[in-house]
Amino acid sequence: MSADHLPEHPDFLWRNPEPKSSYDAVIVGGGGHGLATAYFLAKNHGMTNIAVLEKGWLAGGNMARNTTIIRSNYLWDESAAIYEHALKLWEVLPEELEYDFLFSQRGVMNLAHTLGDVRESMRRVGANKLNGVDAEWLEPDQVKELCPILNVSDNIRYPVMGATYQPRAGIAKHDHVAWAFARKCDELGVDIIQNCEVTGFLKDGDRVVGVKTNRGTINTEKVGLCAAGHSSVLAEMAGFRLPIQSHPLQALVSELHEPVHPTVVMSNHVHVYVSQAHKGELVMGAGVDSYNGYGQRGSFHVIEEQMAAAVELFPIFARAHVLRTWGGIVDTTMDASPIVGTTPVENMFVNCGWGTGGFKGTPAAGLTFAHTIATGAPHKLNEPFSLERFETGALIDEHGAAAVAH
Amino acid sequence: MLLISCPNCGPRDETEFHYGGQAHVAYPEDPYALNDREWAEYLFYRDNTKGAYAERWVHSTGCRQWFNMLRDTVSYEIQAVYPMGAAAPTTTAQAPEGASK
Repeated sequence: MSADHLPEHPDFLWRNPEPKSSYDAVIVGGGGHGLATAYFLAKNHGMTNIAVLEKGWLAGGNMARNTTIIRSNYLWDESAAIYEHALKLWEVLPEELEYDFLFSQRGVMNLAHTLGDVRESMRRVGANKLNGVDAEWLEPDQVKELCPILNVSDNIRYPVMGATYQPRAGIAKHDHVAWAFARKCDELGVDIIQNCEVTGFLKDGDRVVGVKTNRGTINTEKVGLCAAGHSSVLAEMAGFRLPIQSHPLQALVSELHEPVHPTVVMSNHVHVYVSQAHKGELVMGAGVDSYNGYGQRGSFHVIEEQMAAAVELFPIFARAHVLRTWGGIVDTTMDASPIVGTTPVENMFVNCGWGTGGFKGTPAAGLTFAHTIATGAPHKLNEPFSLERFETGALIDEHGAAAVAH
Repeated sequence: MLLISCPNCGPRDETEFHYGGQAHVAYPEDPYALNDREWAEYLFYRDNTKGAYAERWVHSTGCRQWFNMLRDTVSYEIQAVYPMGAAAPTTTAQAPEGASK
């Protein structure tokens, strides 16, 4: 088929400008968090002379690799506050960004398989309710009613003893979320610059004054780092350390199937989480590979274990095939909570440490990080998530408390 | 899956091992002398190297002994295995493309 038979290329959603020699602020990382930050900087703080620098292509890192689950049923007050704010933003963003990114509030179930799980789950439901997060405890027969393909019998190694359920939780189409933010950023005047890798920072004493890139030097008054798995690499360039370890996190999809899975099911104990994408693939993920890694791939036994868990919980999945597996690089902290705030370098700010749960936090990360960059001080929602907490000891320990391991 | 050469048992699948994170992080010599910043460094800060990384592993389902490994965190290539207490070898191996940036 010759080119003149092809349809017209659709309109581009954003420009691809050359970098200017200076901006009021530069965001490093053109994933969901970077784009959301730029959007809120422009919209809430009137900062439109800003750039988002992306070393690859827009939203090609973890934004392209996550399993798109959105929920806010975290145990601790600080986490519930920021993730619930994110969920409220997810509820209004399709209209605000004028883009239907298929946010589907189909609910998220977190299964309990042991007496310890049951107690933790009931405690978390109570904590969630006190924090205004919708949550309920389901008995096994209610679990079965909501998700008929789940095996809730006692003929498996770890029978389902119940589940917590958050009806307002769900999934969204991750690529469309990125495009929605990118288009609005572009409309507001933000320069989104792809294929622009940061290679160093210009400093005047302890203050950052510019960014060195493979496309030239850019002067700027403020820098916000939104680089997830590569945050430590950037911090090292800037001359400070982060309490981050980068790990591979893998996910996979099956081929397309008729709709069989009406909600999102997560199990921490046998460790798998499953939803069915709008298009029909079963989307699954589990925990990180244990070792540090920047390779965007992990070891196969991790996939094998999550498939074993999935097939035990959902017997009909035994007939499905793995179509594709992939890995991303997630930035984990010791307390499984993010870091959003100031750094030892003046005018440089960091948003990282979201680990395996960054997608759901995208709107709140953007909102609070933009506030922090614009005003130089944290928003009340990200104040507890400072880098200083590792010195003060005010950790927000969501390991195991966050419904699934982070 | 990584194929790890245990110094005692020889090459075994990664599933027989557990990861122990960065090697050569010594317990503070005088814990009472540390301020909060220094304690934070000891407890929560570890190198997160992109490239050759010295790390600890334990052969949990084999000899149950700890050992050190030098591994590239981009290519995952294992460059050296050496005993606990020994200094990290300086590898002469060519770093793979894209590593150690």
